[in-house]
Amino acid sequence: MASKAMYSPSDPALKKRDDFEDILEERRNSSDLRYALKCYTPVMYKGLTPCKASMLKTLVLQSDALQYTINQVAVESGETAAVVQEEAVLILEEMAHRLQLRTVRFLAFALTKAFKMLYRSVFVNEEGIQRLQQAIQEYPVVLLPSHRSYMDFLMMSNILYTYDLSLPVIAAGMDFMGMKVIGELLRKSGAFFIRRSFGGDKLYWAVFSEYVKTMLRSGYAPVEFFLEGTRSRTCKSLTPKLGLLNIVMEPFFKGEVFDVHLVPVSISYERILEESLYARELLGVPKPKESTSGLLKARRILSEDYGSMYVYFGHPVSVRSLAQGRVNRAQYSLLPRHVPQRPDEETQAFVNEVAFRLVRLQEENMFLKPWALMATLLVQNPEGLDLPWLMERLDWLRALAVSFGAFLDWPAHVSVSEVLNSSVAIHSNLVCVSGGRLVLVPGDREATETPEQAVFNRAVSLLACASYRNQILHVLLRPALLATAMLTAASSRREDVYSSFSFLRNVFSNEFILCPGESVQDFEEACYLLVKCGAVQMLQQDVVVTEHGHVTVDFLFAVLKPFIQGYQTVCRYLYEEASESLSEKQFVPAVRNFAVKLILAGRLKHYEVLSSDLQKNALAALLRLKAVRKVKTGEQVNLKVNKTTVSSIEDTLGGKIPSRKAVLARL
Amino acid sequence: MASDSDSTKRQRSAEQRLRIIAGHLQKPDTDGHTGIAAQGCKAETAQPKSVKANTLPQRRQEVLKWNGWGYSDSRFLLNKKGQAEFTGKRYPLSGMILPSLKNWFEGTFGASEQHRSPAVPVLNASAVPVPNLNQAFMEELKALGVTLSQEPDDRVFRSHGHCLHEIFALREGRIGKVPDLVVWPSCHDDVVKIVELACKHDVCLIPFGGGTSVSGALECPPEETRSIVSLDTSQMNRILWIDEKNLMAHVECGIIGQDLEKQLNERGYCVGHEPDSMEFSSLGGWVATRASGIKKNGYGNIEDLVVHIRMVSPRGVIEKGCQGPRMSTGPDIHHFILGSEGTLGVVTEVTIKIRPIPEYQKYGSIVFPTFQQGVACLREVARQRCAPASIRLVDNDQFQFGHALKPQVSSIFTSFLERLKKFYITKFKGFDPQHLCVATLLFEGDREKVLQHEKQVYDIAATFGGLPGGEDNGHRGYMLTFVIAYLRDLGMDYFVIGESFETSVPWDRVLDLCRNVKERILKECNAKGVQFPPFSTCRVTQTYDTGACVYFYFAFNYRGLSDPVHVYEQVERAAREEILANGGSLSHHHGVGKIRKQWMKETISDVGVGMLKSVKEYIDPNNIFGNRNLL
Repeated sequence: MASKAMYSPSDPALKKRDDFEDILEERRNSSDLRYALKCYTPVMYKGLTPCKASMLKTLVLQSDALQYTINQVAVESGETAAVVQEEAVLILEEMAHRLQLRTVRFLAFALTKAFKMLYRSVFVNEEGIQRLQQAIQEYPVVLLPSHRSYMDFLMMSNILYTYDLSLPVIAAGMDFMGMKVIGELLRKSGAFFIRRSFGGDKLYWAVFSEYVKTMLRSGYAPVEFFLEGTRSRTCKSLTPKLGLLNIVMEPFFKGEVFDVHLVPVSISYERILEESLYARELLGVPKPKESTSGLLKARRILSEDYGSMYVYFGHPVSVRSLAQGRVNRAQYSLLPRHVPQRPDEETQAFVNEVAFRLVRLQEENMFLKPWALMATLLVQNPEGLDLPWLMERLDWLRALAVSFGAFLDWPAHVSVSEVLNSSVAIHSNLVCVSGGRLVLVPGDREATETPEQAVFNRAVSLLACASYRNQILHVLLRPALLATAMLTAASSRREDVYSSFSFLRNVFSNEFILCPGESVQDFEEACYLLVKCGAVQMLQQDVVVTEHGHVTVDFLFAVLKPFIQGYQTVCRYLYEEASESLSEKQFVPAVRNFAVKLILAGRLKHYEVLSSDLQKNALAALLRLKAVRKVKTGEQVNLKVNKTTVSSIEDTLGGKIPSRKAVLARL
Repeated sequence: MASDSDSTKRQRSAEQRLRIIAGHLQKPDTDGHTGIAAQGCKAETAQPKSVKANTLPQRRQEVLKWNGWGYSDSRFLLNKKGQAEFTGKRYPLSGMILPSLKNWFEGTFGASEQHRSPAVPVLNASAVPVPNLNQAFMEELKALGVTLSQEPDDRVFRSHGHCLHEIFALREGRIGKVPDLVVWPSCHDDVVKIVELACKHDVCLIPFGGGTSVSGALECPPEETRSIVSLDTSQMNRILWIDEKNLMAHVECGIIGQDLEKQLNERGYCVGHEPDSMEFSSLGGWVATRASGIKKNGYGNIEDLVVHIRMVSPRGVIEKGCQGPRMSTGPDIHHFILGSEGTLGVVTEVTIKIRPIPEYQKYGSIVFPTFQQGVACLREVARQRCAPASIRLVDNDQFQFGHALKPQVSSIFTSFLERLKKFYITKFKGFDPQHLCVATLLFEGDREKVLQHEKQVYDIAATFGGLPGGEDNGHRGYMLTFVIAYLRDLGMDYFVIGESFETSVPWDRVLDLCRNVKERILKECNAKGVQFPPFSTCRVTQTYDTGACVYFYFAFNYRGLSDPVHVYEQVERAAREEILANGGSLSHHHGVGKIRKQWMKETISDVGVGMLKSVKEYIDPNNIFGNRNLL
């Protein structure tokens, strides 16, 4: 099966990964100016139709597809086609990039200076670069980096420039465009801007999709976009968005290109630039509007140490081989290809599945630092950890993570304590060693601090820590779901454990990247891993914890605990407090207040529930499970709670009620 | 192919003379019907005129290869000097040395003189299964007095078409299931009787026309347990009458293309249906497969040419009651017969449109810098509905292939001209020899119009960067069509196997389809372990208002493969899937047969298949015509 080729569930620890090279090293030893002015002659797509950025616009505007929509919109709106055409021109003007080598060179110069200040090193897997170079010649290429920081796309372009590869055109959110100078600079370095939402706007969609497709078909440049749609504030991968993925696959579906290659790129940071900004945002402090002056103010960050950055270019994935036997391309034979056509359900499911797999590929090649392990332990013990115990646990966790296939950078020939110290040094804004214990840095206490403010300040640190734990979550997730299922299932019978597993997986499928419809595979993978590390034993009918396995199982359960408690709290709130007229907008602050009260009352240990990310995911899950439904009353959208279901979900999460038929299990 | 008015005049007057002479030899016309033969077939011997020059004898294997394409005396071979030559006397290329063919062949396929894969020289009669005869049927059949044969070579000759797997097996001396008996009816009534007997004794009938099928249509179904009788129509080859007032001819189905055309030409007429196989394929076969000819633009495809069909089915004879040019009488029953591939009955007689021989014929060619521009030009020609009788566009690979087939140039002058032309196109006009492609043209009509037409087409071509490439190149292009089929046998002598396949597709998808199919072939060959780069090339052979017919050649060197035919079939299947995925049809004119059956449902929908099945069920409930094609 094609799916197997892309993600094989064989022993993840055996996965071979490439070595990294530091691209900053050379920059520190030779002239940046010469680097910026170097001869740049990237290899191009073999089927390239040469064309300039301005010609591209003409091509798009004159395309049959866009003309078709323009005429359609004209008929529907009663405007003349010329007026609609004008609109299209404006949309395209607003959207289009103006890639210029000049600007790229300038940015290469300026950014390298900045990168050198921010990062110790920027590691890239050169084999991945070679693969990419080959792919670019053969087929239209789509670059799909993970998105954790603004740095992502600046760095991507910079790396491609460094390695003499075609510069990508990048789909960026419209919010950047508002930034004076910078917006233009980005545009000239290949960014094109799209509105965050344009739901029903046919014309916008047509311009946008034709623009992307034209660039792809002609081999103009690799197209780069973020599957996750936006920066993940939690370091957890976000549920992929399908709009752009659909667009870039369509030229293949319609036979306009022989194949399209998708290249997942995993970008990981030892320390994230936006670290505490994200935590605050999650706690409800609105994200500062992107502005140039904001950026200038933020320049003090240049003086801090952000450790290293890792960029791993994954294997190019051929859409053709994935689609083999899955997508009936002949479905496009009965409509002219310029007429927009909604793909059949199978194809939609296929695109969705591919999106998830790609995000998993991104996750898999995320380079992890020991700090992620420390953060995991710290989040489980927010009061702090005794150093000797911590070191022992760290060593243990390292072994576990590696056996689960984590792409872990554990320095060789270095003692655990040294590893610990160097991590603490980089993250000194979050943790410190005091009194032989690793503890969170206490915030600047003000005398007048209210208890709520104290909770808030502590939450900022904890959520920042949690985001580093989240870096490793994808490694632990499946085993953790199984561990939790074993602890909450009605019995140790395989069916019961699976049913429990499947329930949890279902509830958390908005929270974590869990490929739809792969419950059985996930279960087997989890079983395999836990058996392999000796924590679990498979008997004839039962799944049981081994004698020494309790440590592992308890630890894994604790990994998931904050989420379980968070979802339970959301359920509790909806059950106990939600009024009839709870609006969607009120939901997040209301849950937050409810949780703060519980924390202050000492009834809630984990702060995770304060994160708006968790709250929104929980709501999405409850909507999906039909425990809550949206009712539109006038302008407002209200949430209507089915209290029985909500309470039953809460109980099942806590393992109180045997999850009888929560999900019809099929093994 | 008169090139000046003098010769045209001469030709015209010659034709007139011929017609007058022919008229002298015949009884005077009655009712405008020119009886070449009387209706009763037993009267044949009494007809002096029907001692006509049929190109092929009843025992065709005396003239034709039993395990390859075409005439036994015509073949490509590498002579003692290591040069390629084409033997025989039948074709313009016959007896010529082709100096660059060997290099092209070796360069393209990685083949070499040292690595030979010769065929079994003669048919081993003992390998042919003993006939499974239905005695009761045999007795009654003999009583009818029709010619029949149980000879192994007769039966083997009728057990296959020209698919790669069929020829490959024969070359290795492997004989599969073959018909148990061959019968040669000599007229419609014979067929009626044979079919009646077959029904009575439950014998399986497989009609056989020219034997040029490339869809596995002639293969005997292995699961068939009844006695299988091959019904060879070759002896039903007379033109029964010509109606000059209405421009129709009534012809027996077994006549082969070249004879039909030759005999009508003698009378000053032509049909104009010229499939690449016209030397061997029969009128009945054309009807049964929905054939298409290169001069479709001038004359139409077979469905446009047919006025009336007579078919013998197990239910009885099916035909229309008049010969009106068009009817609104419910679904056209002809369309159940056209393309029925021998599953419903035997077409015995066909009334077909005829045209006066065109006064003037002119070949031409156009060189385009790229295939893309060539396709754009053909599209424009089709849009303006000014396509010449034939217009075809070959891609660069096929252009180079055509070059490799140039015979030794006898005069220094021609060689100089060639080089000058090449210099002009590649150096002066800047065409990249690795990208340029050529369209070949054939104009027909009266001289004035042809010249006018020619100008119109060349003007369109000019707007797409096309340059006139001379008459010779055009002429050669069409001549090669008949010769290329022989090349496969040469390839198979040196570990190279290949075949052609075709499709039809809307204009806007032509380029994408060509590119994707070629690339798919490359990929699949790689994946299947083919050691040498495959040769895959295409040409646009027909233009329509809304789309085009695309024809692919695909071949590869199979050295190092244990089951080359299987690999070939897998790749061809992948290529067909690619065609369908790109909006192409299952077949433009080769038909479905057995090798493309698997895609019929998606091609015509479940209900469509059901419709055809119910027709089959009514006409032939006992599956007497049991070749199991199509459905």
